[in-house]
Amino acid sequence: MTLTVVYAILFYIAAALFTIGVARKIVIYSKTPQPLKIPTTPAPITKAGVVWRMLKEVTVFESLFKSNKWIWIFGWMFHLGLFLVLARHLRFFLEPVPAVITLIQPFGKYAAFAMIAGLIGLWARRFFVDRVRYISSMSDHLMLLLLITIGISGALMTFGGVTLNTDVTSVKAFIMGLIFFDLQPLPDSTFLLIHLALVALLMIVFPISKLLHAPGVFFSPTRNQTDDVREHRHVAGWSAK
Amino acid sequence: MAEEIHVPAFREYPIIPAIVEGSMAHSKPYVAKPDHQQSVGYPGQLVDDWQNAAVKKLGELVSQSRALQVFLDSCVKCGACTDKCHYYLGTQDPLNMPVARQDLLRAVYRRYYTFAGKYFPKLVGAKDFTEEVRDQWYSYFHQCSQCRRCSVFCPYGIDTAEISMAGRDVLDAIGVGQKYSNEIIGKVHKVGNNLGLPEPALADTLEGLEEDIEDDTGVPVKVPLDVEGAEILLITPSADFFAEPHIDGLIGYAKVFHQAGISWTLSSFASEAANFSMFIGSHDNLKKVAMRIRQAALDLGVKRIVVGECGHAWRVAYSFWNTLIGPFDFLDPKYPAPQHICEVTYDLIQRGALKLDKEANDHRRITFHDSCNVARASRMGNIPGGQFIIPREIIKACANHFFDMAPETIHQNTFCCGGGGGLLTDDLMELRVKGALPRMEALAKVVNEYDVNTLVAICAICKTQFAKVLPYYKFQMDMITSLHQVVGDAIQLGTSH
Repeated sequence: MTLTVVYAILFYIAAALFTIGVARKIVIYSKTPQPLKIPTTPAPITKAGVVWRMLKEVTVFESLFKSNKWIWIFGWMFHLGLFLVLARHLRFFLEPVPAVITLIQPFGKYAAFAMIAGLIGLWARRFFVDRVRYISSMSDHLMLLLLITIGISGALMTFGGVTLNTDVTSVKAFIMGLIFFDLQPLPDSTFLLIHLALVALLMIVFPISKLLHAPGVFFSPTRNQTDDVREHRHVAGWSAK
Repeated sequence: MAEEIHVPAFREYPIIPAIVEGSMAHSKPYVAKPDHQQSVGYPGQLVDDWQNAAVKKLGELVSQSRALQVFLDSCVKCGACTDKCHYYLGTQDPLNMPVARQDLLRAVYRRYYTFAGKYFPKLVGAKDFTEEVRDQWYSYFHQCSQCRRCSVFCPYGIDTAEISMAGRDVLDAIGVGQKYSNEIIGKVHKVGNNLGLPEPALADTLEGLEEDIEDDTGVPVKVPLDVEGAEILLITPSADFFAEPHIDGLIGYAKVFHQAGISWTLSSFASEAANFSMFIGSHDNLKKVAMRIRQAALDLGVKRIVVGECGHAWRVAYSFWNTLIGPFDFLDPKYPAPQHICEVTYDLIQRGALKLDKEANDHRRITFHDSCNVARASRMGNIPGGQFIIPREIIKACANHFFDMAPETIHQNTFCCGGGGGLLTDDLMELRVKGALPRMEALAKVVNEYDVNTLVAICAICKTQFAKVLPYYKFQMDMITSLHQVVGDAIQLGTSH
């Protein structure tokens, strides 16, 4: 039971830090003015065009694709894998489980491999490409270590055979208990404990790390501004004074 | 110094060169003298409390710019930009990789303004703003031509130009400015142009130019100055008044206006399109320099403002003027404000208002260099990418032999000439020569394959830079040509349309 309480407290803290931290950053990004128009051109000249440009950036990583095929393939594998894995995890948070979430379970299951492979590819570049080695700091390595450990500990619970399989019904009960403030016992499984502790750590470091690129990309002026400054006068911040 | 520059060899295949740490650490432009600093509103020399002053200034800049907020937080060090900067490709100095250049500023920002940097500096690479860091800033923020090529390839659109502008602004604020840019901005405030060319000298020059054109063509083409009530105010880089090949471009504009029968004028008060304040990230100077143009347009009572061939000037005009010195409700709403000279010429060609003889350019086998600020920071015409189409269509309407360089080196992917962003100074010659490498490689290909003998550009900085660096790469210096020289040579003066 002690373990259950410790993890419950850990997750409340992590969720609070994550939510408040990311929300704070989003407020800062949206409140900080962008005094001049600086879209990287050619840029869309309509709002709809900007939505399309942004959609391509966040779904198929258009700029990265133009830039470097290796980073793109590893990065996209990781992010798509993560997206499917996260979608699969929604079954732990929703009752009843929506049909679409049930439907994607097998995809989400194997997406773990894409995710881990992508991360390993990205990490390998940090050792083998001299330019990327030069720009990598300790935190860049640790972030990859963290994500890979989360991925592997999770995958082991699914693919590790009967001995490692986790009692998912109890895990769901624990999570739903957290949501409704009705604490339920957490199954005592090593990989589950590792997995959950590291996820909590990831949530805590999210708002103070480079993971802010996730909300950040939507606020990037070079990507989200319309190229219409001759037609519509733009002023903000110091340029409005 | 010029003799000692080791000109990098062309790469047979587009391999990415290995890093050579510290290879350009010695490159530093001359520091601005106290009067240069003061003429643009900065302290004359290093202030006593420079460390705190710099940190404070950096915090202010970030709090005023969404771009900086997002760019400083979002980089994941993926490496996509590492082989995109011409200065990295030409020098192999890892601090010329865009991400590494950004990190010089990011490290300081993180140290003083983020939780991770305050409490775990080693972990995230955060650094105190020491004298060593200050020197690195001065060196490497003056090895960025603010060409924005990295921003094209960054998955978050991080633009190193914004970072190096902020870095230079912080350095200026503590008294460590760059002589070249600051001296020039001071001249614009005082006299109206980068050269410090006063009204009588300008009038003289233009008169001489009119005589030259008439001697050449037998037609009295005018280059008017300070004509009230003219239809168009032409704002052009002052290099167009005297430098080669710029001046032939100015002659070209004059011929276009002459044949189209449009009244136009230059202004002695606003005799400069360039606005180097952008290079040093100074908002106040940016606005102050631009304001001269609004003033001149109002004083002369013109209906349109047209901008001559200049890359960063077109960025400032296209992207910033309406914000800084607009609204342009006193101009003719039928035309975009401002308009690029290429837009004017292109429209006239479309309407059949110019009589052009392509054969007049048959001795030229032409390629076109997209200037960074035109390509990646502005537009021409009414569709995205018009800035690539319009100049090429003008060339094709005026000449029979046109050949583009490789696709990965033109349009949005264009390589900087190596001299933009306030680096066009002799004290940075080694950097300029090395930074020109990728462009020179692409040029060599079309020279070998198609016998190209003419490199056309629409930017005063590009033209000056190429005139200087082409010989280092064994090309003829006079390959570099103004786009409107090609136009001017094709125009059949004397024949009316």
